[in-house]
Amino acid sequence: MSRLTVHLSEIAHGRSGDKGNHANVAVIAYTPAGFAWLREHLSSERVRSYFAPLGVSRVERYEAANVLALNFVLRDVLAGGASLSPRSDTQGKAFALALLRMHIDVYPEELQAMRRRL
Amino acid sequence: MNPVRIGNGCGFWGDSVDAPARLAAQGQLDYLTLEYLAELTMSILALQKQRDPQAGYASDFLEVLPTLLPYLPTLRIITNAGGMNPQGCARRVRALLDAAGLTGLRLGVVSGDDLLGQLDRHELRHLDTGEALASVRERVVSANVYLGSGPIVEALQRGAGIVLTGRVADACLTVAPAAFEHHWRWDDWDRLAGGTVAGHLLECGAQVTGGLWLHSEECDLADIGYPIATLAADGSCRISKPPGSGGAVNLETVAEQLLYEVGNPAAYLTPDVTADFTSVQLRQSGPDEVSVSAARGQPAPEMLKVSIAYRNGWAAAGTLVVPGPGATAKARRCGEIVQRRLQRIDALPEVFYVEVIGSGDTLPAGTVPIADPPEVLLRIYARDLHRAKVERFGRELAPLVTSGPPGITGYTSGRPVVREVFAYWPALVPRDAVTPQVEIL
Repeated sequence: MSRLTVHLSEIAHGRSGDKGNHANVAVIAYTPAGFAWLREHLSSERVRSYFAPLGVSRVERYEAANVLALNFVLRDVLAGGASLSPRSDTQGKAFALALLRMHIDVYPEELQAMRRRL
Repeated sequence: MNPVRIGNGCGFWGDSVDAPARLAAQGQLDYLTLEYLAELTMSILALQKQRDPQAGYASDFLEVLPTLLPYLPTLRIITNAGGMNPQGCARRVRALLDAAGLTGLRLGVVSGDDLLGQLDRHELRHLDTGEALASVRERVVSANVYLGSGPIVEALQRGAGIVLTGRVADACLTVAPAAFEHHWRWDDWDRLAGGTVAGHLLECGAQVTGGLWLHSEECDLADIGYPIATLAADGSCRISKPPGSGGAVNLETVAEQLLYEVGNPAAYLTPDVTADFTSVQLRQSGPDEVSVSAARGQPAPEMLKVSIAYRNGWAAAGTLVVPGPGATAKARRCGEIVQRRLQRIDALPEVFYVEVIGSGDTLPAGTVPIADPPEVLLRIYARDLHRAKVERFGRELAPLVTSGPPGITGYTSGRPVVREVFAYWPALVPRDAVTPQVEIL
């Protein structure tokens, strides 16, 4: 069966914020299967290259399996940080939404096990 | 021991001024916390204090306090509204309480976080770069160490009904009343970690009760309830909000806030404890109620964090509305026109940054395919060490309305306001170099 291209937001939610000139982006899977997918596919390198246009220097990836989450720390990505950044988004508040728009390729049956359940 | 109910009615200076009284009225709280100090708020307060020795605190609190008088003294309040001048703030609060007949209500004042007079006693190397403070020493306007829960607990032990602090770690506003009520020891690492998790979840106000939630359209944000932590003696808690209020408390809102502004979630550092957020167990324990348990802690760090701010020039930003067709290209061309006009008179600021809002400029390039938007917002930002260059930039936006591409509009708020810029310098000091002070007024 062929894979589908969907947004990361099909399998995860998240939130982002700042620490000085760095930002953190938490990506939280809806299901354990989604968390397993994130651990395997959403590498720090993949996140670094996604945010490269914003000047990120390096990305650290931490796991919080208790809440099915990966937490990415994006170094030097805020063009100086809250007080110095020339951007509208001085604190990287929009970064989680940006990352959740990333396109991912998944198998249909895999997607069923990773989607949000109400 | 009964659990202690702590609500937070303010997540930053600028948050809703109605929320504290609404939470006090509906929350059946033992304690109300109010958090006012973001990293750079202290530099703004430092300058206010330089201009007026009586100023330098979060003046919103003096507006909020009268709305809380009906709940005193049963409800106790813990707030960092003292900012750069806890004593100055305390004098105003004392006068307000006395005028309301609450002369017997004790006011605790926590200070000792201000290290501005001791800069040369410590190395204060930049936490990220290792650079010595000497390079910016002459431009420093504020230097505050994050104090822990200890001095707040001391104020409560001495009978304070309101505790007013300067810089303390945000989570301590919650940890302190829990530690006081439950008689935690300062090496009860797991309990202190539990209190810290609760404080971290509460400190940004409505961000844990539906604010910023990715599915916030599923709840009523207009009537959002502010958060309550019901903290048990073992350090576990239940996060909730007043019954009937808007917003939501569920596993998604709590998980999102648990990791908000966090680096390594296995080692969240405060002056009280090294808390392991990855040990925490979340469970939906009722409608709009999440139980948070099993937090683990390790000993507190040896060094305390210092937040230093120094003057770093001047900045201004202005906007214009650019209609289509071809709005994005027209807006970028406007940016180039302003740049060339400033270059012609040798007044181009050191930082000159053009954003075209509506064309995807807040996202990494290429994230979303951009069609031809009907209109965009052109935003130009300038920063320079010399104020005159930034002021000159501010005069160069309006001329576009007559000498730019067709249809440019939205120039209604006058020239961009030039403001002073402060840069942030994080550093560490040894714990024994810091002496917190507690007074009762």
